[in-house]
Amino acid sequence: MCGGALKAPPCLISMISYIIRRIGQSVVVLFVVSFLCFGIFQFLGDPVLTLAGRYATQEQQELVRRTLGLDKPFYVQYAIFIRNALRGNFGLSYTSQVPVMRMILERFPASLELALVAMFIALTLGITLGVVSSLRPRSPLSRAIMAGSLLGISLPTFLVGILLILIFSVWLRVLPPFGRGEVMRIVGRWRSGLLTLDGLRHLILPAITLGLYQLAVLLRLTRGGMLEALAEDYTRTAWAKGLPQRAVIFKHALRNVLIPVVTMAGLQMGELIGFSIVTESIFQWPGMGNLLLTAIYESDHPVIVAYVMFVAGLILFINLAVDILYGILNPKIRYD
Amino acid sequence: MRSRTLNHYLRDPSAVLGSFLLLVLLVGAVFAPWIAPQNPYDPKVLSLQDSLLPPIWMEGGKAPYLLGTDDQGRDILSTILYGCRTSFLVAFSVILIAGTAGSLIGLLAAYYGGVLDAVTMRLADTMFSFSTTLIAMLLLGIFKGGGIPLVILAIVITDWVRYARTMRGSALAVKQEDYVQAARAVGASNFRIMFRHIIPNAIPPILVVAAVDFGAVVMLEATLSFLGVGVPINKPSLGMMISQGKRFIYAGKWWLVVSPGSALISIVLGVNLLADWLREEINPRLRKR
Repeated sequence: MCGGALKAPPCLISMISYIIRRIGQSVVVLFVVSFLCFGIFQFLGDPVLTLAGRYATQEQQELVRRTLGLDKPFYVQYAIFIRNALRGNFGLSYTSQVPVMRMILERFPASLELALVAMFIALTLGITLGVVSSLRPRSPLSRAIMAGSLLGISLPTFLVGILLILIFSVWLRVLPPFGRGEVMRIVGRWRSGLLTLDGLRHLILPAITLGLYQLAVLLRLTRGGMLEALAEDYTRTAWAKGLPQRAVIFKHALRNVLIPVVTMAGLQMGELIGFSIVTESIFQWPGMGNLLLTAIYESDHPVIVAYVMFVAGLILFINLAVDILYGILNPKIRYD
Repeated sequence: MRSRTLNHYLRDPSAVLGSFLLLVLLVGAVFAPWIAPQNPYDPKVLSLQDSLLPPIWMEGGKAPYLLGTDDQGRDILSTILYGCRTSFLVAFSVILIAGTAGSLIGLLAAYYGGVLDAVTMRLADTMFSFSTTLIAMLLLGIFKGGGIPLVILAIVITDWVRYARTMRGSALAVKQEDYVQAARAVGASNFRIMFRHIIPNAIPPILVVAAVDFGAVVMLEATLSFLGVGVPINKPSLGMMISQGKRFIYAGKWWLVVSPGSALISIVLGVNLLADWLREEINPRLRKR
């Protein structure tokens, strides 16, 4: 067990060994994912037919097969795949003949921006409304917030997006319904829509769409935690000591509630990536999710594999970071 | 005991509202072939002349098309009722299969522990950290054209984890109780201990998970169908109705999206309201203060 004030060396060692073990597990998971991806696509639909076209002659098909190395045995192909994957090379897209990793990296900034803004909205509004609705649980305002949050978890993401377009773009004509708007180059290929007014206007609807579900989840979690914390002895002691209301609510109660809330937010990143595919498709957002959907429709297997590997790596990394942060925030946790 | 539960239920207006919404749509869905004004998937009754009509209370609306028609001339109310049929079919099947399989896996993992427990729970953790939407979408995108059974299977593959975790948790807690130890001491078989002592204790939390899950599965099926990887195009589905209606919202034909959308929200909201009540009923500590 790690001491809070005194950071004894054994504690640090156990934490480092824990981190190493977790990284090892993540690598194993990545290998399993890569094998699954590769295996599934091996035994499924012949890409040669897609590529060479339905009416290609036998010789043309053979040529395509040999150029792509698809005539070699399974394990050789997998070994080549892994060797290339370690160098970040996932091959060329079947349909556009562009390196797929480049396609994904080009679209990553747009997806990341959308996800971060959505998460920011969800965290700030979710925690604020959660605290507000826990202070006077029976007041009309709290009841309205709770009803809204129930609606929030009952609305599928795609419907939220379409209804927002209907209201704000079709009826009120105040916000644009699709695209990313004007973007500014930051460094290299990284273009951002956060720095232009037009880019921000394009970001509002998709970010709300993507963030709404998480907002409702975090709100309910915060409220539940606050209701429990406000009934605890240490909070009652704080009231009894005559501490100002603000100190009791924020320092005593909310502080203890924040840890599970933030952990939940981190663990929800996987779900956020899933929902971002839906959001990007509705708003024609030029991100990775839209790329994946197009690849699925066109059976562009290299793009699908690269996307899955990229996202798997991302999620494992985030989970690892959350676990480690959790350990730092909450000294009571044991690494075993 | 029963009357107290009933009292709580009747005194909770949101639970009553939830079951009312659910019941109306369930009845509509089950009896769709008899009560729907039209069979929207019978090309003989469709007339392109009557396509894209607004609801009957708006200008240009026309009987018998209560909620208007889509671009194929299908009656929207009928298509919604048939679409709800698909939603309920998928949701009930998934809950039944994933609930049974997941609970059994969780039970065996908790009871026998060791390698089985380590492997299944690591798998569950990994599945849990990836998005269920993403996994189901990939499975359906790769294995195309499997119809409704494949949609059910894809959702089950992502969904059993919730039940396995819940069952494992309850089973681990109960396993150490005195009465289980006593049953073991008098020579009860593993089978008997699991089915007579552990499962009955785990049923309430599993029911709560199933209730919450029901809404999630309905939303997931609609999402997959909306994206075009779910229910095939010649089968009715709320998600697909909304996806096709989206093309017409810029033309001001909002009812093509709003009507099926309301049906979808009503199912999910109805289930979630009931789930909230069920959770509080089973765990009174959570009752609203």
